[in-house]
Amino acid sequence: MIELSHICKSYVNGAEETKVLRDVSFKVENGEFVAIMGPSGSGKSTLMHIIGALDTPTTGTYTLDDRDISTCSEDELASIRKTRIGFVFQSFHLLSRSTVLRNVMLPLIYAGVTDGERERRARTCLESAGVPKNLHTHLSNQLSGGQMQRVAIARALVNDPTLILADEPTGNLDSKTGDHVLGTFQDLHAQGRTIVLITHEPYVAEHAERIIVVRDGQIVQDQKNPHPRKVSVATEESS
Amino acid sequence: MHFIDQVEEMVLGVTANKVRSGLTMLGIVIGIASVIAMLSVGQGTKKQIEDSISSIGSNLLLVMPGAQRSAGTVVRSAGGSAKTLTMSDAEALKSIPGVKAVEADSSSRVQVTTKGSNTNTQVIGTTPAYTSVRNVSMDTGTFITQAHITSRAKVAVIGPTVRDDLFGENATAIGQRIRISGMEYTVIGLTKTKGGSGFSNADDAIYIPLSTMSAYISGSEYVSTIGVQAESQEVMTTVQESINALLLQRHKVTTADFSVMNQSDLVSTASSVTGTLTLLLASIAGISLLVGGIGIMNMMLTTVTERTREIGLRKAIGARSREIIVQFLGEAMIETMVGGAIGIALGYGISKLISTFASMETVVPMWAVGLAFGVSTGIGLVFGYYPARRASRLNPINALRYE
Repeated sequence: MIELSHICKSYVNGAEETKVLRDVSFKVENGEFVAIMGPSGSGKSTLMHIIGALDTPTTGTYTLDDRDISTCSEDELASIRKTRIGFVFQSFHLLSRSTVLRNVMLPLIYAGVTDGERERRARTCLESAGVPKNLHTHLSNQLSGGQMQRVAIARALVNDPTLILADEPTGNLDSKTGDHVLGTFQDLHAQGRTIVLITHEPYVAEHAERIIVVRDGQIVQDQKNPHPRKVSVATEESS
Repeated sequence: MHFIDQVEEMVLGVTANKVRSGLTMLGIVIGIASVIAMLSVGQGTKKQIEDSISSIGSNLLLVMPGAQRSAGTVVRSAGGSAKTLTMSDAEALKSIPGVKAVEADSSSRVQVTTKGSNTNTQVIGTTPAYTSVRNVSMDTGTFITQAHITSRAKVAVIGPTVRDDLFGENATAIGQRIRISGMEYTVIGLTKTKGGSGFSNADDAIYIPLSTMSAYISGSEYVSTIGVQAESQEVMTTVQESINALLLQRHKVTTADFSVMNQSDLVSTASSVTGTLTLLLASIAGISLLVGGIGIMNMMLTTVTERTREIGLRKAIGARSREIIVQFLGEAMIETMVGGAIGIALGYGISKLISTFASMETVVPMWAVGLAFGVSTGIGLVFGYYPARRASRLNPINALRYE
């Protein structure tokens, strides 16, 4: 469960103070699939950094699994990212000269998980992210965009995080591949995962069960989406 | 993160871009190889000079006629021509405490002939103690004995170069007759080669009894050198002072009409010269090491920039700053250590080549290998630290967005 209350974030540039987030409060329960939507410059990226424990708020409290992490040190934040949060980025961020398996194992390496356990968990997650077995030993730069993003999703899953945070996960993909990736998120949601998806596209946001709209650093709309857009996920991906 | 995983990540980091890592290592390889090669030449030269000095004899004091021009090892060059030392002086020196053996000799360059060939060489009239004092050992036959001295025997011991010149290489010389200044001598011995080098080649000499020398060749009782062997290195200074005092007293003079040359003075002078040479060579090589080190830093800084997004990702998935520092520092250390090892091997090979083709003795001292390895690892640490720290301080948000 994550809870943000009265989060403000401002950057000081010389004498000028820019307020990026003004008094943002909301709660995400375990197992929810939430989309945070807003145009560029709305502050949604900053919001994502705070939710993802990459940054701390200027004022306000952020509680993740009943722990207030808004005043954590850099190393404490790193440890929270390592164990509680799985990231999926727009541009995948895979280590291009490493194998698919190694990429997925990387968070486990930093977490100090033993060798055999690492590989077992990585393979399980690759499977649930829909990466076929024969690709596990490929170098990640030999994959297509859709495949790369699935590997990235598997990497986000591998530490069994409280929260999967996806930042424009379909931004670098064509619409068909993008749909498949969104379908993967819906599958994970069906398995009980908590997912926060950040996007500027209403179409992408409509796949979630709840949509939060951010504008000028404030939440302007927060409502349930009773009929999420369904993706017909084919068992085999064409891309 | 376990240590072994950390090491694996470093190795993967180094092997991921082989060309870049190879070029980084190249600077260190060249630096270390030149340090090893230069030091080996310096040390080899030093050893060669020290060997040739000690081949003259060990714990040796040379007494020569003629005054010493200045303190130290500089001896008046015409010293040999003065006539102040006699055989009885040599006999008297034997009584000084700390003296192990004394030889006296008188030498002169003469034409030596045998059936069908002749050579110009140095004839040294000397006493039996010459072998121990001057470190001469016999190959075949015997050296001059006291009996030869007493009877003024016409016998000769020849050096290998003389044997080669007169009788041909590896010919049997013992029992042959040679003619020196119109008198016939019987060869009774052949000395072992000393690898003669420098101004006085011990291999190119003929030894005859001192009494025979004064009777038939020089025509005088004076000797040109008295060699005194001290019992140990420690007593040499005392013995030298005693020789001075005794000879002054015997010659009844106040200013010395002779000079005493101490072998250890020679050694220390030569050592300081070769030491300077080694230092010079090492500092040239050191500069190339420094350049190699800066090359490493440059490469590592480029690597940090190139891998900014990777660093951002590692931080996003939970790597701590310390782990990033260790990763980059470790990669720099691996590159410099492997480069150092290759450089040591290459430098060793170069020094072997030099000794083979330039007929120059080279010695690769173990301390130089240790030093080179230590220095290359140190370079990795020092020049890897700044880029590593820079990498660890990157903000993950900015690093991930870096284009």
